[in-house]
Amino acid sequence: MSFLEVRDLALAFGGVRALDGVGFSVERGQVFAIIGPNGAGKTTVLNVVTRVFAPASGQVLLEGVDLVRMPRHAIAGAGVARTFQNIELFEGATVLDNLLLGRHRFDHGGLLSQMVQGRRARACEDASRERVEALIDFLDLAPHRNQRVAGLPYGVRKIVELGRALATEPRLLLLDEPASGLNPEETRDLAFWIDDIRHDLGVTVVMIEHDMSLVSEVADRVLAMNLGRALAEGTPAEVQSHPDVVAAYLGG
Amino acid sequence: MRFAYDTSYRESRRLLRFASDRAAYALLAVLLAAAPFVLPVFYVGELTYLFIFALASLGLMVLTGYTGQVSLGHAAFLAIGAYAEALLLNAGWPLPASLAAAAALSGAAGLAIGMPAIRVSGLYLAMVTLAFAILLEHAVGHWSSLTGGFTGMAVPEPRLAGVSLGTPTGFYFLCLALLAAVLLALVNLMRGHLGRAFVGVRDSEAAAWGLGIRVPLVKVQAFVLSAAITGLAGALLAHQTKYLTPDGFGMMLSMQLVLAVVIGGLGSLRGAILGAILIGLLPSFISHLKPFLPDRIAKQFGLEIFVFGAVLVGFVLFEPLGLNGRWQKLRAFFETFPLYRRDTFRRGKAYMRSERYK
Ligand SMILES: Nc1ncnc2c1ncn2[C@@H]1O[C@H](COP(=O)(O)OP(=O)(O)O)[C@@H](O)[C@H]1O
Ligand SMILES: [Mg+2]
Repeated sequence: MSFLEVRDLALAFGGVRALDGVGFSVERGQVFAIIGPNGAGKTTVLNVVTRVFAPASGQVLLEGVDLVRMPRHAIAGAGVARTFQNIELFEGATVLDNLLLGRHRFDHGGLLSQMVQGRRARACEDASRERVEALIDFLDLAPHRNQRVAGLPYGVRKIVELGRALATEPRLLLLDEPASGLNPEETRDLAFWIDDIRHDLGVTVVMIEHDMSLVSEVADRVLAMNLGRALAEGTPAEVQSHPDVVAAYLGG
Repeated sequence: MRFAYDTSYRESRRLLRFASDRAAYALLAVLLAAAPFVLPVFYVGELTYLFIFALASLGLMVLTGYTGQVSLGHAAFLAIGAYAEALLLNAGWPLPASLAAAAALSGAAGLAIGMPAIRVSGLYLAMVTLAFAILLEHAVGHWSSLTGGFTGMAVPEPRLAGVSLGTPTGFYFLCLALLAAVLLALVNLMRGHLGRAFVGVRDSEAAAWGLGIRVPLVKVQAFVLSAAITGLAGALLAHQTKYLTPDGFGMMLSMQLVLAVVIGGLGSLRGAILGAILIGLLPSFISHLKPFLPDRIAKQFGLEIFVFGAVLVGFVLFEPLGLNGRWQKLRAFFETFPLYRRDTFRRGKAYMRSERYK
């Protein structure tokens, strides 16, 4: 059995069939890309995996455990983290606090200990801080550590969101168009980071991406979607030249 | 100029990191400790009222400033705390127990109103809390066997271990001590795990869920904490006014609390205190000013509300981050002198978030 198996997802919004039987499987340690025209249902797949929406039918098996049966708040604990297509950061908080929020699922000492800054609460806070500082180093966020997110440039905000997802220590990382809005230089950095995330942190990555040169560079396998269905799956080169995929992009 | 130079994570979290901060707070502590012995009794009472109002304002700040849930009916929690305090003291409870129970009862009311209220947000939540406060005011007025109805009820004198805290000085220190304790606890809570979760829920529910935050639970926690603190303030207010009537806990009081947290600066405990001081002082400031105003204006009905409104509009237009924002700018100016630039606090370009979902 694969690390992640998504089976026969179906979900409709009113009359729109956003997902119509899409399924795929991802091996541990892979970078798996999902491509497809706008409205294909790519984001909806991530939303079902993270329990934002419950599918009408289908399964999402992570190492054999069905995420569809879990409550929404338990997904992070199951080892799944994500970023959003339209950045969802905590705007009023600093970069540091955004990343520390990624540590929410870990122990923080009891409420009473937090209230009086007891030994347990301080030890937990130090441990969280240490993990977060390692990520700040990894993602070059040090200059922005104590700045409010609301004032930061777009490229930095995307990286903060990536850092916050990593702070949850995921097994599976879901990235929704991580390179959109980034300049070529930032996209290069992102490619390196995704490589490091896979090799050094051992995290499996599923990413939705339009930038085919990035996909070719970092992805092991690619799924092309249209109208809530899988069109083609294979290596980046195979999928790119698949006649149905070409038709879907040209046909709109 | 001064620089933060941390050598450990813990150091960066220390509360008073700079000698100048410690000196300023020590001076404040000395002034507050000396105040009741040098000020006329009237001003001691005014200061005590400010402490109580600041405590209530902290309560609302937890809810509105940190989790973004607007309550237009927080006077209801003050009322619950106040009546609970009076009734429990009448029943012979000792002061510490009655204060704790008043806070707990108000917190329980917060739970009862918070559970259904978290299903709605924004304007609807504001309406729910407003309706709750109006209902409660009427209930208190009509349940005269318990509350004395519209004629009201007297509040027993606060006594601790046989010593009366009903004197202006004694009560002043009781209120100051409770305010300081609650403030310290909140400072610790709000910069840690719980406070971050509050802000997370306020700024993006979608992201909060994704990090494992149980959004409804956190919202209810904020409601309970907020109501309990406000209830404690209510218990103290009972002793301050010495006589309770339902109309002492009306719309105007709820509005003053909302004004205090908005003008103070949402999401800041310092803001809650600064806002409470400004709003708490405004009515007596206006009445002091009245003799100098032309009769036509001074005798105008609703002058107070007009001034409150004008202050609010002024802040929304010119200092949306409130008194706390102004404070931080002043601080930054002195700390980075002569390098301060006006742009330091300018907000970056805002980006459209067109496809938001919860
Ligand atoms: N929350 C929602 N409510 C209604 N319709 C939605 C919602 N989310 C997605 N859709 C619809 O589902 C389809 C797939 O959307 P989406 O998954 O966002 O596409 P993609 O990410 O591939 O561009 C679109 O037709 C979109 O309008
Ligand atoms: Mg999308």
